[in-house]
Amino acid sequence: MRWIWIDRFLSFESGKSATAVKNLSLAEDHFSEHFPGYPVMPAPLILEGLAQTGGILVGEANNFGKNVVLAKIPKANFRREAFAGESLTYTTTLLQLSEIGGLVAGTVHVGEELIAEAEIFFAHVEPEQFQKLTGSSENFVFTGNLKHMIAMAKKAA
Amino acid sequence: MTKDDIFKKVASTLVEALNVDKDQVSLESTLQGDLGAESIDFLDIVFRLEREFGIKIPRNELFPESIFQGDPDLVKDGKVTAKGISELRAQMPYADLDTFEKNPTLEAIGDLFTVNLITSYIESKLKKQAQAA
Repeated sequence: MRWIWIDRFLSFESGKSATAVKNLSLAEDHFSEHFPGYPVMPAPLILEGLAQTGGILVGEANNFGKNVVLAKIPKANFRREAFAGESLTYTTTLLQLSEIGGLVAGTVHVGEELIAEAEIFFAHVEPEQFQKLTGSSENFVFTGNLKHMIAMAKKAA
Repeated sequence: MTKDDIFKKVASTLVEALNVDKDQVSLESTLQGDLGAESIDFLDIVFRLEREFGIKIPRNELFPESIFQGDPDLVKDGKVTAKGISELRAQMPYADLDTFEKNPTLEAIGDLFTVNLITSYIESKLKKQAQAA
């Protein structure tokens, strides 16, 4: 599955911050349904892009050795909709990192305009917890397409 | 830091983590029943407390998980066994287990997680930290 909601990293500072860009094309499937005649990006997908930017920031801080899962979004504000043809800039800052997980503050801008902001809490899922659930001890987060994103993040660093 | 200071900080942490009003949080409040905490919130609370108080809270120390995982020695017919209660006493020395013991149903375990439990835990943790320093 291609579930990548960022196009490119603009900057990446290990353990501190990451900025990525997402260009919105009318050809993306979500616009046809959301909404017919009024194409705006669904807010959860805006958050997904922000979470991917922040999740890679949290994962990289431990050299992608831990499974990082989105646990909770304690705060999210949406100031306006995002339209086809616009370019979203996701800026994330790592507020706290520990054994338990990482807390990221993020903003979404179109040009200079702030259109959304959120705080996202990522949890580290230990291999033994994951093994109990699935019987596998492989890292299940940073695989497949995300590896490509990680390579891009390294390039931007 | 007095217990009241700790309580105030714990309360503001819970206000942030659980989106509740300050007036809703008292020492007696239960996290799940009164404040609506879900399982993932427990992780969030631990994480925030670490930051707020500058301490390390090892996994399972404040909110132990083992009792919930259906171990037949600890839970039988929906009730916590004597062995389970002694395990809880060892793992949660600040919980009100005397009340719990009167009706130790699995559902009542949630009521052990109170604001007072967190506050007493932090108090002892800070004391230990001060002694070690």
